[in-house]
Formats: sequence, structure tokens, C-alpha cells
Amino acid sequence: MMAVGLGHYLVVSAILLVLGIFGIFLNRKNVIIILMSIELILLAVNLNFVAFSAVHNDLAGQVMAMLVLTVAAAEAAIGLAIVVIYFRNRGSIQVEDVNLMKG
Amino acid sequence: MITAILFYIFAAILLVSAAMVVSARNPVHSVLFLILAFFNAAALFLIAGAEFLAMILVIVYVGAVAVLFLFVVMMLDVDFAQLRGGIQRYWLVGATVGAVLFVELALVLGGWTLSPSAVRLRMSPMPSGVSNAEALGRILYTDYIFLFQTAGLVLLVAMIGAIVLTLRDRKTSRHQNIRRQTERTVVETLEMVSAPVGAGTTASGGYLRPKAPEPEVVEEHAPAGGHGHGH
Repeated sequence: MMAVGLGHYLVVSAILLVLGIFGIFLNRKNVIIILMSIELILLAVNLNFVAFSAVHNDLAGQVMAMLVLTVAAAEAAIGLAIVVIYFRNRGSIQVEDVNLMKG
Repeated sequence: MITAILFYIFAAILLVSAAMVVSARNPVHSVLFLILAFFNAAALFLIAGAEFLAMILVIVYVGAVAVLFLFVVMMLDVDFAQLRGGIQRYWLVGATVGAVLFVELALVLGGWTLSPSAVRLRMSPMPSGVSNAEALGRILYTDYIFLFQTAGLVLLVAMIGAIVLTLRDRKTSRHQNIRRQTERTVVETLEMVSAPVGAGTTASGGYLRPKAPEPEVVEEHAPAGGHGHGH
């Protein structure tokens, strides 16, 4: 068992998750900030994994957190690559302009 | 006691900087606050006893992902003031959704207890007397080898995808024309000159070169003949 209770960790990660989702809504036009909000959400997930891992004395949670971290890094790289080529083609990164594939 | 105080400090900074990430006017400030948030999350990981993950968080997130964000934000010449428009429109719906989600999470957390039999369901209990990194390494390459390989595969796909997406074929860049390079014969590149004794190479026109540039056969921007590219 760790020095700080599990509930504290869960509350912090819940607030972090809510902040990330709020950020997605708040910056509907700026796709870079949306990507950062997704990073915050994944950080909240990791915080939960690590907190439960510490409470249960179980290392599986930390392995899962490492996988989440990997996926988050890959997602950021691909997302930013898409942003770069989209900006190269259209000269703007407004999410609302992304309607080329709309029928 | 001191741990609890540190926890509250780090958690407060984490949450404040996360709020600044989503609300800062300048995206560069957003990225910098994101870095601060990652550092404080790493401190929370340390308090929870996950030292290895904390260091990985600092290295991967701060060292790679946040710098990637910073590069993209600074590289793209985006009119960020224009992107800020519509905040008033989205503020209320975002706050509503966030509040609903938070209340739901609070309800879940409020009525939740840990089952006493959950201890028996542990997949890989922490060994005692072993550091966190060593314990993690012991199970990561044995019990979770497929997960580990999958993570590597995800990173490989992401790397190839990012390169393929952003690679741009510049018209001004010089490429190696392998077909032309392998089709070269000795006749068109080398010339036998019988140099006069004692006169040096100046008598036969300076440095020894092939006689004439070969006729233009390639349509693409290959280097002019005689440069000996790639030999």
C-alpha cells in the first residue's frame, strides 16, 4: 500500500480526464490542442493504471501503462504527420475545413 | 505525512497546468504547460512507487512527444488567433459535458469498494526485495512478451506511417539513378591516354577526363555525365 490513498489518485485522474474532454470541446477548431487533450486523457488513464497497480501490489498495471504510453506516442506522431501534410495541402489546420471526404 | 503534502502539491500543479493546456491563448504556451503536466505526473508516479514508468514518462513524453508538438506548432505558420474563434459557442457545451462526466465518475467512485478477494486475482504480484525496474523487466520479457512485441510493432507502423505521410519528393533534389549507374560501361567513362614522358598532364589538357559528355538519354534530373556519382 502506498502513502497516499487510492481515492486521491482516482480523483486527480478523473479531473484530468474531464479537463482533457473539456479541452476537446473548447478548442474545436485547433487540431493541435485536440491532440494535446488526447494526451492528457491518456495520461489520466496511465495514472489510474499506476495507482491501481500500487494498491494491489500487481505489476500488470504498470505493463499496461507502458503499452498505453507507446500507443500515445505513436498516435501523437501519426496525428502530427497528418496535421503537417494537411497544412501543406490546404494552408490551414481548421478542423471544420476537413470536409474533402464528405459526400 | 511529507509524502501526502508532496502529493497534493504535485497534483495541484498537474491539474492547474492541464487546465492551462486547454485554455492558453498561445499554443506554444500550451505545449510548455503540457511538459509541466507531464513532469508532475511523473512525480505522482514516483509517489505511487512506479519509478521506471516515471522515468519513461519524462523521457518519452517530455523528450519526444512534447518536443514533437513544439516543432509542429512552431513550424506551421498558422493563424492561431483565428482558430480561437467560437470559444464562447463551445464553452458551455464543453463545460456541460465535462460536468456530467465528472458527476458520473464521482458517483462511480463514491459507491465503489475493493473486493477482499481481489488480492487472489493478481496477475503478477510484485516480488519483494527487487527494484521496480528489475521486477518490471522480469515479467515484461517473459509473461508479457507478446504485449511487448505488439508495442514494438505499433511503434514501427507509426514510424513508417509518419515517414510515408510527410516525405516530400523535391524536384530539386538529386537522386541516384541506379539503372544508369549499372549500365555504365568502361568505354564511356574511361579513356586511355598515352601521356608524353616528362610533360605531365598539362600536355594532354589538364586532368584526364572522358572525351565528351555522353548523349542525353535520361529524361529525369540525373547528374551530368562524368561525375561518378556513387562509386
